[in-house]
Amino acid sequence: MPETVVTVAYLIAGVLFIFSLGGLAAQESARRGNLLGIAGMAIAIVATMLGPGVTSYTVLIAMLAIGGAIGAALAARVQMTAMPQLVALLHSFVGAAAVLVGFAVTLDPGMHVEGTGALIHRAETFIGIFVGAITFTGSVIAYGKLQGIIRSKPLLLPARHLLNLAAVGVCVALGLLFVAADGAAPVWPLIIQTVLACLLGIHLVMGIGGADMPVVVSMLNSYSGWAAAAAGFMLSNNLLIITGALVGSSGAILSYIMCAAMNRSFLSVILGGFGAEEGVAPAAGAIPAGEVRSITAAETAELLLNARRVIVIPGYGMAVAQAQYPVFDVTKLLRERGADVRFAIHPVAGRLPGHMNVLLAEARVPYDIVMEMEEINHDFPETDVAIVIGANDIVNPGALDDPSSPIFGMPILEVWKAKTCIVLKRGMASGYAGVENPLFYKDNTQMLFGDARKMIDAVLAELRQNTLSKSA
Amino acid sequence: MNVVIPKESRPGERRVAGTPETIARLKKLGFEVLVESQAGAGASFNDDDYVAAGATVVVDPRELWSQGDIVLKVQPPEPHPTLGVHEADLLRPGATLISFLWPGKNKELVERLAAAKVTAIAIDQVPRISRAQKMDALSSMANIAGYRSVIEAASFYGRFFTGQMTAAGRVPPAKVLVIGAGVAGLAAIGAARGLGAIVRAFDTRAAVRDQVKSMGAEFLEVRLEEEGEGGGGYAKEMSPAFIAAEMALFAAQAKDVDIIITTALIPNRPAPVLITEDMVKSMKKGSVIVDLAAENGGNCALTQPGSVVEQHGVHIIGYIDLPSRLAPTASVLYGNNLAYLLDDLGGAAKFHIDLDNEVVRNSLIVHEGTIVWPPPKKDLPPAPVKAAAPSSAPGVTPKPAKSGNAGLVLTVSLTTLALFALGFVAPPAFLSHLTVFALACIVGWQVVWNVTPALHTPLMSVTNAVSGIIVVGGMLTVSGLPASPAVLLGAAAILLASINIAGGFLVTQRMLRMFRR
Repeated sequence: MPETVVTVAYLIAGVLFIFSLGGLAAQESARRGNLLGIAGMAIAIVATMLGPGVTSYTVLIAMLAIGGAIGAALAARVQMTAMPQLVALLHSFVGAAAVLVGFAVTLDPGMHVEGTGALIHRAETFIGIFVGAITFTGSVIAYGKLQGIIRSKPLLLPARHLLNLAAVGVCVALGLLFVAADGAAPVWPLIIQTVLACLLGIHLVMGIGGADMPVVVSMLNSYSGWAAAAAGFMLSNNLLIITGALVGSSGAILSYIMCAAMNRSFLSVILGGFGAEEGVAPAAGAIPAGEVRSITAAETAELLLNARRVIVIPGYGMAVAQAQYPVFDVTKLLRERGADVRFAIHPVAGRLPGHMNVLLAEARVPYDIVMEMEEINHDFPETDVAIVIGANDIVNPGALDDPSSPIFGMPILEVWKAKTCIVLKRGMASGYAGVENPLFYKDNTQMLFGDARKMIDAVLAELRQNTLSKSA
Repeated sequence: MNVVIPKESRPGERRVAGTPETIARLKKLGFEVLVESQAGAGASFNDDDYVAAGATVVVDPRELWSQGDIVLKVQPPEPHPTLGVHEADLLRPGATLISFLWPGKNKELVERLAAAKVTAIAIDQVPRISRAQKMDALSSMANIAGYRSVIEAASFYGRFFTGQMTAAGRVPPAKVLVIGAGVAGLAAIGAARGLGAIVRAFDTRAAVRDQVKSMGAEFLEVRLEEEGEGGGGYAKEMSPAFIAAEMALFAAQAKDVDIIITTALIPNRPAPVLITEDMVKSMKKGSVIVDLAAENGGNCALTQPGSVVEQHGVHIIGYIDLPSRLAPTASVLYGNNLAYLLDDLGGAAKFHIDLDNEVVRNSLIVHEGTIVWPPPKKDLPPAPVKAAAPSSAPGVTPKPAKSGNAGLVLTVSLTTLALFALGFVAPPAFLSHLTVFALACIVGWQVVWNVTPALHTPLMSVTNAVSGIIVVGGMLTVSGLPASPAVLLGAAAILLASINIAGGFLVTQRMLRMFRR
């Protein structure tokens, strides 16, 4: 297959990838979008194999087969609650692959370039490896934190910003050395900078806490794209450049959305240490006025039976307790009785953008009753019961009316406007941001203490009993 | 400690201060409960029910009263019908009486209680603070009165409440006007809506508009800027201009609606007259007015407190015993209010009158023979539900609006300059790649903003898969000399990238299959 035909194949693949992402604009077209992506990938791989750059096939096909099998096994087995870990792991592979490709290009005698082209080519390689290495180790750490192998509390070394700056400075110096070297490119600056970039990646993500993970994972998603784009530059491959740019923008947008949802700047998240930076314990001792009222599962069931409009606000706690299945059973029962039950999803609920939607979809909750924050926030005043399951900061009224609150300005779900608000929680512990939640002290708030799964199961049992006794 | 519950002596009073259900709560608080025989008869509870709940039934009222450490009643004490003594004198010295007392208009009774050397708590004086809501008997009773007012109206109204389309013709729905959207008004709105009527409501307090609307009624307003929120969650008296506008509104409504339910009360004043005789005349024949303010003089000029009159073809219901007409429910709720109050007083074990307790201090009328009412003035705001700060509050996503433009101009010009500089030195191949890169970034930016937030997780996994396109890089380096470093590295890159491709696409497919309507 001549070079020109391969180029055309890449063009087709690139367009298919764009349509693939475009398909995700709506649930109806999403599956078709994914199939277009698969088609694009198949076209790209076959065209590359048949193109002039590839002459030996045994290793190539073996690797593709093994990798494909491993990937398929991962995809089939992963729990939906473990999606964040899988995504982080896959990011790390892209990063590692970018590093490997960078080294392979440098060491491959067939890839030699001369003149100004050589300078730019070396710079591309160097940047590609740098971004790839950060993505690799950063994602591995993110994986560890999400999986619970590494504790999710931020690690804050003294002078950590200085350390990062020093690492970047040394890398730039090494890069100049590498680019400006005469004759064959020296490999040692590359190796040193790879090690430094790896350490930088580890350090960056170690300093970020659990609930900031949606931003970190989005950011790494973006980096993995830029790494792929850099590899495209070094290989003069437009398809890699296009794909890398698509993925890079996608991750950047997700990071932006997540940051906006927490009213924090991207830099403050990346540089880590939420709350710790202020030095003062935030709003400690400022216990809101009012009384905490607790409620039993039976009373909750009774409230739900009498409610016409119900909104469920799931948080990470629901995912941890695996309560999405009984939650849907409750939803189904209430909907069959004619109640209007919907779900309200805050952008940063969970550990991954859109994580709650996937968990609810897995529990077979129809997606047209799962609403975004903007869609549903003004409906709370007409709602009889709002149930908050394992969420805290995203329903903290302090974000709206308390300028001293560390989360002031963060857009939140205004659940207290519902007639009754039930908060399902293990205890009175504060949320990730370490802020007291005045919601718990509001007159129309009732606390249902206990494990989310057990309590929802209990509520479900009460509901079933009630509806049975009524029909009997 | 003994709690005694006598039979109510006022004629027509069917409520009782404790039901078998609420007595169980008192027992749980550690009290011994004594109930007068036939005390619950009016509310359909018989003596056996009380015994089953753990109470002792006493036949002789004098014996019963003399055993009471705490006496629970509904109506204020009055001369006993059979014993020929005033009930206040039946209390033994040192006992505590809890009931409705209305100390403002029962001066003589308060003095009598003081002379009897007892402690008296008026449940009607429990302050309207959130902590005391569970003891607020006025609200419990107002809720019942509101509901019952609709039922009474329905029994005098000769038509359907709900509109119907029958084979024999169309029946229009009844139109109900509720004046005053307090607890009683809201309950009336709910009951009338439940029967299928078209409901309109009026209140001088703009704050209740949302509550009215949430009950499914239309909120009527007069075109005049004035806020009627007074102290304690009650309305205040309005200016003459406002009242004129309000009366014009009522006059117009009276011609249109079939049923008017009035609940307008201003504390410590006779009820305002809102429905004049002319308005009654203008109403359709067969219409009904229920006046919940009858006991305080009535909101309608023609109301006869305690009875029903027909004037100009309109029934005007002036019952003052509406809660008593729903005696079982009213007794349960009232009994619960009392049980919560006794709980707040420390239960049986730690029972004591705590003068620092805001609820107790406000409702305490006579303390061990001394009149302590009215309590020292302490301004108690009713904690009105202030509208939460609008979501566009200052500080939300703060963006430096002013410096933004200058910064943007600077960034754009610097970037443009840098690109031109690059154009002088860079080889053409690089520039064409840069073009592709820049355009792809813009396309990606546009496309990804369109992705619905619900699919952000699939978006991440599908980008995982497509970034596996780096496999191409590995493939291009794997065809060198066998076992050379470049080939080994390339092979490893292919392996990792193909995990991404297969894993990413398959897990995306799996997730997307779960999304269903």
